[in-house]
Amino acid sequence: MVDLVQLIISGTATGAIYALCALGFTLLWQASGTINFAQGEFVMVPAFLMLFFINTAGLPMWVAFLLTCLVAMVLLGYTFKRAMVDPLIRHGVIPLVIATLGLSIGVKQLVKAGVTAQAQPFNSIFPDGLLSLGALKVSYMDVGTLVLAGLIVISLQTFLNRTVTGRAMQAVAQNTDSARVLGINVARMVLYTFLINAVLSVVAALLVTPTYLAKFDMGESIGLKAFYAAIIGGFNQTRGALLGGVLVGVLENLTGAYISPAYKEGVALMLFLVVIIFKPEGLLGKTEERKV
Amino acid sequence: MKKFNLIPVSLFGLVVANGCFAQQGPIPIVGLVELSGTGATAGTNFDNGVKLAVKEINAAGGILGRKIQYTSMDTQSAPQTAKALAQKAVDEKAYVVMGPVFSGSFIVSMAETKRAEIPNFTGGEAANITQQGNPYVFRTSFTQSTAMPKLARYIKDAVKAKTVAIVWVNNDFGKGGRDSMTKALEAQGIKVAADVSTDPGQVDFSAAVLKVKQSNADAAFVYTNEEESARALREFRKQGYAKPIIGETTLTGQKVIELAGDAANGAVAHVGLTVDAPQPQIKAFDQKFQAEYKYKSDHNGMKGYSGMYVVKAITEKVGKLDSKEFAKALHGATIRAKDYPGVLLDVHFDANGDLDRESFLVKVEGGKQVVTATLPPVSPIQ
Repeated sequence: MVDLVQLIISGTATGAIYALCALGFTLLWQASGTINFAQGEFVMVPAFLMLFFINTAGLPMWVAFLLTCLVAMVLLGYTFKRAMVDPLIRHGVIPLVIATLGLSIGVKQLVKAGVTAQAQPFNSIFPDGLLSLGALKVSYMDVGTLVLAGLIVISLQTFLNRTVTGRAMQAVAQNTDSARVLGINVARMVLYTFLINAVLSVVAALLVTPTYLAKFDMGESIGLKAFYAAIIGGFNQTRGALLGGVLVGVLENLTGAYISPAYKEGVALMLFLVVIIFKPEGLLGKTEERKV
Repeated sequence: MKKFNLIPVSLFGLVVANGCFAQQGPIPIVGLVELSGTGATAGTNFDNGVKLAVKEINAAGGILGRKIQYTSMDTQSAPQTAKALAQKAVDEKAYVVMGPVFSGSFIVSMAETKRAEIPNFTGGEAANITQQGNPYVFRTSFTQSTAMPKLARYIKDAVKAKTVAIVWVNNDFGKGGRDSMTKALEAQGIKVAADVSTDPGQVDFSAAVLKVKQSNADAAFVYTNEEESARALREFRKQGYAKPIIGETTLTGQKVIELAGDAANGAVAHVGLTVDAPQPQIKAFDQKFQAEYKYKSDHNGMKGYSGMYVVKAITEKVGKLDSKEFAKALHGATIRAKDYPGVLLDVHFDANGDLDRESFLVKVEGGKQVVTATLPPVSPIQ
């Protein structure tokens, strides 16, 4: 029983990281109809940026994190939107999907050739060691990940639901034309979504890189799992992304421990297939209707 | 008057000329190395080791008065790419081919060098590499069937473990190591309490470590590639695993220590080569490597470096550049470090291309490998 609880806690921590990435997927989709298949690389790039600020510039971790957030907002938020999404989105989703796939490959190769092909160490912001609660032992890293990711998600939800800007962003997500009629600056709201996605990616990088290690291909796994998680939870619901992420993380852990670690990597895909077949809109998603 | 046919004469001339050119100019040696993909750490170190040796050899006048022209090609850690590049190395008339380091790639690519009768050195440790009757294959490290019994004896005598959990990577290297280790442990009366397979490039070891903990084994034996070893050690630390963590070569490699940080402390491994060994020629290598590349070499760098010096020693013994004669001369050869310090330790090659030499038991303490024992060769080197 203790093992089971430990597995659920550590799975939830891993799932929370998937959820941060999956949130990015759903936000971009809702605000601009963008599916970003370079989302995993959006986690990898900040990892290397932080390493640069820490190792080369000699800055402390928190400064490196803040600077990386700024650079990511410019590079992965603003520039990505203006240089790739805006010119392509008017041609439909498919060209953008292909373009982001290309971007994913391009960024990986760029880091591989221009920075390094080898994995780099990345220190955790949480201390080593275990937190003992009776027989239950949970690592500080899992607890810290869970708390930080949880805080980020709660802050985001509060921002979206309790602030004028957040509500305006939701209005844009629900109906762009109506939002425009109501006087909302749609272009700005969409840009905010891209900037938020960039920051979420930096937080995900901060949490996942100590385990994954900084490497040009580290985003492949997390990007794919976040995509599955977003579909599983519901691509048009931010709550769905959270549920999908946590579900994938916990089930992966349980499968690895009670069936075989060899099947662990396939869990997200299996769940994805089941959801696509029986509830294509996702567990918490809403069916989207289209006027013809 | 019968016309003189120029075509066959020209062709004959070309063949002769080609033969003459082969005995002049630089000696072409090709490295098939993992410069990207899951084997990037191992391949880059191996490649750097070879390059350092080539630089030294060329600066000292080359081999038989000829400079070495070394070209490295990236296999991307993919067996099919390695095979295609091996064919390219054959086309480029390589005298010797160095690598790949990954056993899985080497097993696929060595067919090409065998067909062309080109000696091929590998950093791979999988036992079956030298069990296929290929007379052109030579190792730069121990075969698993030599290393694992040494380690199993240590687990029995020093660790006094009755049960061991094995975590291994599901590729040719890992499978070979797991099979050899299982056999070696059984021979020592030690039971395998858990047999945990992991994937190449795996990033999350939480389930694997939990399996080890659930098995309640007296010790864990981890046999994965460098990056995965670091991730596994981090996960062992994260889950508070307090029992001995033992490995063979990769577990305590320099890159693993760098990647795993404090989590590497306490890990124990049998290593064929380590820059922390007390031998003066190894200390000298360590200094030269660090001066050249600004980082500390792992065992793969030493494999590449010593392998290149084996090429020099045997070519000078043969007295000419003849790939077939080279292969024949290396089988059964002994090369002493006093004659060729670049081979780092006295080394003997058997009829299969496997090598034998001293080896070391190391423990990671304070982020450094500390040699705790020097183990003799399996058979005394005469």
